[in-house]
Amino acid sequence: MNSIIQAENIVKTYNHHRVQALKGVSFEVEEGEIYGLIGPDGAGKTSLFRILATLLLADSGTATVDGLDVVRDYRKIRNRTGYMPGRFSLYQDLTIEENLKFFATVFGTTIEQNYGLIKDIYQQIEPFKNRRAGKLSGGMKQKLALSCALIHAPRVLFLDEPTTGVDPVSRKEFWEMLQRLKENHGLTIVASTPYMDEAMQCDRIALIQNGQFLTIDTPQGIIAHYDKPLWGVHSDKMHQLLDDLRSWQGCDTAFSFGEQYHLTVKPGVSQAALESYLHGKGHSQVAIAPIEASIEDCFMALMDQPETTMKQ
Amino acid sequence: MKVFASFVRKEFKHIERDTRTLVILFAMPIILIVLFGFAITTEVKDIRYTVLDMSHDQYTQRLAERFAANRYFIYKGEVSNRQQAMAKFNHGDVDMVIVFGGNFAQELGHCTGGSIQLLLDGSEPNQAATRAGYAQQVIADFAQELQQSSATGQQCNIVPVTHLLYNPQAISAYNFVPGIIGLILMLVCCMMTAIAIVREKESGSMEVLLASPLKAMTIILAKLVPYFVISFADLVIILLLSRYMLGMPFAGNLPAFIGISLIYIIVCLSLGLMISCLCSSQLAAMLISLIMVIPCIYFSGMAFPIESMPTTFQHVSTVMPARWYVSVVRKLMVQGVAVKYVIEETLILAFSAAVLLSIALASFKKRL
Repeated sequence: MNSIIQAENIVKTYNHHRVQALKGVSFEVEEGEIYGLIGPDGAGKTSLFRILATLLLADSGTATVDGLDVVRDYRKIRNRTGYMPGRFSLYQDLTIEENLKFFATVFGTTIEQNYGLIKDIYQQIEPFKNRRAGKLSGGMKQKLALSCALIHAPRVLFLDEPTTGVDPVSRKEFWEMLQRLKENHGLTIVASTPYMDEAMQCDRIALIQNGQFLTIDTPQGIIAHYDKPLWGVHSDKMHQLLDDLRSWQGCDTAFSFGEQYHLTVKPGVSQAALESYLHGKGHSQVAIAPIEASIEDCFMALMDQPETTMKQ
Repeated sequence: MKVFASFVRKEFKHIERDTRTLVILFAMPIILIVLFGFAITTEVKDIRYTVLDMSHDQYTQRLAERFAANRYFIYKGEVSNRQQAMAKFNHGDVDMVIVFGGNFAQELGHCTGGSIQLLLDGSEPNQAATRAGYAQQVIADFAQELQQSSATGQQCNIVPVTHLLYNPQAISAYNFVPGIIGLILMLVCCMMTAIAIVREKESGSMEVLLASPLKAMTIILAKLVPYFVISFADLVIILLLSRYMLGMPFAGNLPAFIGISLIYIIVCLSLGLMISCLCSSQLAAMLISLIMVIPCIYFSGMAFPIESMPTTFQHVSTVMPARWYVSVVRKLMVQGVAVKYVIEETLILAFSAAVLLSIALASFKKRL
């Protein structure tokens, strides 16, 4: 496989170097893969997208997209990439069809010419094509934005938090559409998301935090690297439980995960010890079970030890 | 070219679908012209006056009765000295004081002309001028009648001396229309263009446009075209209204006038473009354009004559493109002079257009 995107030691600062958005990021994206940038808000995902989409200049470091330099050949790159910003950025006062037509013309093409590429997505919103974009639901807006980013048949698609503000059903659909684009058209997709559950949809992911990559691997690889015992804990007094878990001497880390708490423990402690400790604290209906780590657990674990970052 | 046309179409759609903008673009010039137009042609009625009669003879009596009988005038009693007259003025009880000189009848008899003074509130110069006109008409009628009834047929002049209080220099009402043209073009081109471009930045669509292979020049020019067209439409509306509604003469060379107006429009568009490069929110763009527009009203001679400003301000006014444009409008539209008398202004405007447009194009960023 050839790498279609190469980034070397990208540094980006704002406010006269006072804010470091990216602290020297290097990575490669292979042709035809879905590459996920996973990290919380403010991690530097948007800055990285804008640099790759030639919208921002990095302070230092180099990057190429499809073999073209992001600074020198910016105009050529703009022809070959589709970029969907994190915020809905189409024209709210134009209709679905007008938006799509406009962007087709901007890229020197027509809707008909590349209809095959967007058909799958555009068909879902085509019945409403005379509705103004501002009046669409979050999921429909995303479909329109994706159609507009795809209309010129780009080689690479940059999607900055495409599913933020979209309902769970539409989020799932959206990732299915991306999978089909990859499989049917061989498109390379770089997408970012703050949702850890979406990480599993990517071929490879980079966990990003405070402008640095914590790790880059396949989702399965990242989970396989998780070497600590992990327990899910539940009791009848959930609000009190987290504090009690954290103050337990056998506890390493404890985080809230939906219905239960995920707990990592120090070596040599047993479930029975925790159970009796919790009973002593007045908890009943205590349920403790070893569980498989999720991406989020891995992320939490990596965040905890910033020294061991940047393992390729 | 196809890209450009499609971009321009999109811009027109934006304008067409934004009622607020549409109203500003087309209603504002009409409203301003109508408002100022009525200031020019206002029919003055109900002129409240008082009489200061220092003569008390039969002629002053008869003339005072004439005023009382006229339906445009309302008698507000007599005063016995200037202090009382001024007091009434200061309270806003009267609009006009008719002062008869001490020896009115004798002067009239000797045909040196009876002396009458009309005191008017000059803070509303247009109104005052109209009121003075009415009063002079009444006086002139009376003088003519006297002359006809006089057996000798001798010439009997009554020459009223009109004195505008507070603002002795009445500004000609025709001053307003050239000023309004300058102002409206400034507002439409400068403010609306700035807002239109900044709106793309604010809504994020500029990010998508920049990520596309569109050239900066295409984006800018496509943004300017609709406002150029609309400004021109506004110009035509104003000209038609001032010609046919206000009856203003158009004395000068029309093609030259339109040509120079187009240069001025380019100046304003470039200013708007510069503002849009500086700002990232519509509010900021609006405020900065207002900061640019207001001095343009003060220093362009739209409202206040430049000649009566302190020298420093006169120098400041020379950098205001509006000053030169308003001067052209005045010369070509009102005075109707030949084109060769506006060459200086035209050159200055063309030079500003070239400079501002290059600065604007150079400062447009092709990245975020």
